[in-house]
Amino acid sequence: MAKHKNVLPGFNLSLGYTLLYLSLIVLIPLSAAFLKTTELSLAEFWQVVTAPRVVASYKLTFGASLIGAVLNAIFGLLTAWVLTRYTFPGKKLVDALVDLPFALPTAVAGIALTAVYASNGWIGSILEPHGIKVAFTPLGVVVALTFIGLPFVVRTVQPVLEDLEAETEEAAASLGANRWQTFSRVILPALWPALLTGFALAFARAIGEYGSVIFIAGNMPMVSEITPLIIITKLEQYDYAGATAVAVVMLVISFILLFAINGLQWWSNHRISASR
Amino acid sequence: MSATIVSQLHSYNKKVARSRATSEPAWVRWSLIAVSLLFLSLFLFIPLAAVFTEALRKGFGAYIAALVDPDALSAIKLTVIAAAISLPLNLVFGVAAAWAIAKFDFRGKSILITLIDLPFAVSPVIAGLIYVLIFGMQGWFGEWLIDHDHKVIFAIPGIVLATIFVTFPFIARELIPLMQAQGKEEEEAGLVLGANGWQILWRITLPNIKWGLLYGVILTNARAMGEFGAVSVVSGHIRGLTNTMPLHVEILYNEYNYAAAFAVASLLAFLALLTLALKSFIEWQASRDVIIDEQIEE
Repeated sequence: MAKHKNVLPGFNLSLGYTLLYLSLIVLIPLSAAFLKTTELSLAEFWQVVTAPRVVASYKLTFGASLIGAVLNAIFGLLTAWVLTRYTFPGKKLVDALVDLPFALPTAVAGIALTAVYASNGWIGSILEPHGIKVAFTPLGVVVALTFIGLPFVVRTVQPVLEDLEAETEEAAASLGANRWQTFSRVILPALWPALLTGFALAFARAIGEYGSVIFIAGNMPMVSEITPLIIITKLEQYDYAGATAVAVVMLVISFILLFAINGLQWWSNHRISASR
Repeated sequence: MSATIVSQLHSYNKKVARSRATSEPAWVRWSLIAVSLLFLSLFLFIPLAAVFTEALRKGFGAYIAALVDPDALSAIKLTVIAAAISLPLNLVFGVAAAWAIAKFDFRGKSILITLIDLPFAVSPVIAGLIYVLIFGMQGWFGEWLIDHDHKVIFAIPGIVLATIFVTFPFIARELIPLMQAQGKEEEEAGLVLGANGWQILWRITLPNIKWGLLYGVILTNARAMGEFGAVSVVSGHIRGLTNTMPLHVEILYNEYNYAAAFAVASLLAFLALLTLALKSFIEWQASRDVIIDEQIEE
């Protein structure tokens, strides 16, 4: 493409406004969190963020988010497959409802999941006789985090699956591959970047989640207390520096994940455009 | 979020006739559908149904009573106010950011796009916390605000700010890929024909992006009305004053007033369903426009 002078107006105004608004709403407030931690010495900071109760919350938050994201990767791929390849009654409705976790307020999701998975709930009462307790245990945290991450994998994999050309699969079949071989060696490799992006998005969302978890978790220190709740608890005790220290640990991890996701999306788009 | 309208447009009519060699036997097909629907039922459909059944557990009279309770009404009002302020602000930002990013080349563009995404990566609790650090009692402007008798934290401005933060990227995120895909030939043609910048924006760009814009507005509105974590940190939970609908749900629930909690929750669930219906409608309209455009070109 030949480089020519851009004649459209409004560059300075639109970019200036974008940068101003971004700074006022996002960048300056976020930097406040990092500045606040400088009130603590390094030793104090370390003591706060490695306290046993805080470490237990990291383990729960990251562990449950990971399990939720893995569940979503498996069943999200399956759901995307079913929605693009097959027809069944009510498919359009199911397709639209997959986005429900994006639209449903997290507090509503939290009390609804608790009602369903409590020992007297619709599903909880079936699981309870088998010795499985979901609500008010770490398992409940997994259920909530699976719920809120559910649309990500479906919605990243679905468009890639729709764009796959039937010819490739025909070629594989004519070369003697059975259906499973075609799936695992031809289709799945093409889906990897999208699948991984969806997985990372679901994981990143789950780590920060608060509303849907606190109702179902039971919030017992050392057992079922997530990291965002630790921040809230410290704030309620007016321990601003402590709350901010834990928040900064989470922020750093979230930023690393965000960059990883952007890299993944770039890889994914790059592969799609390269194959065209 | 990641399912942008653009990708929907690209794949609207990829219907492939499949032979036996490239499809699965019926029993595999139906088992996969069954497993997928079981998963969705456990995590989506059953909890959604539970909201409405729990809400009506004590009868329709109690349901209505929970909704017309003065505290519930003031929570509804505050929720609408917060959404009504944050929505236009993020709308103007979204259009400005997409205009700069999609129509011009400049250094650091990809960094800017990543920075716009930041609020998605930040836990809602932290979103609330950062405003407490700035406007709270011990915050940067804490003393100044007390001296001048303004309140941000534990008051409506804080709630609005937190709502703006968590919904910050939605519209920009939707418009940037859409406007990049559309290019700038039409705007340049308008310029050659003598239109000024605002005329180009109103008569060419906005009509071209109307579905993407509406899509972003709907997602922003749903998140703004439903935000819990961020608002919870800055609100102070003062009944009848600084409670939004999700916070009101929490208070009722913690008081073991389950029927009332689910009644207010059912309003939010209804809003979510309405959001999904509108979203499907917009996707359908947008794909229809593309088909019409292509028919005209042929």
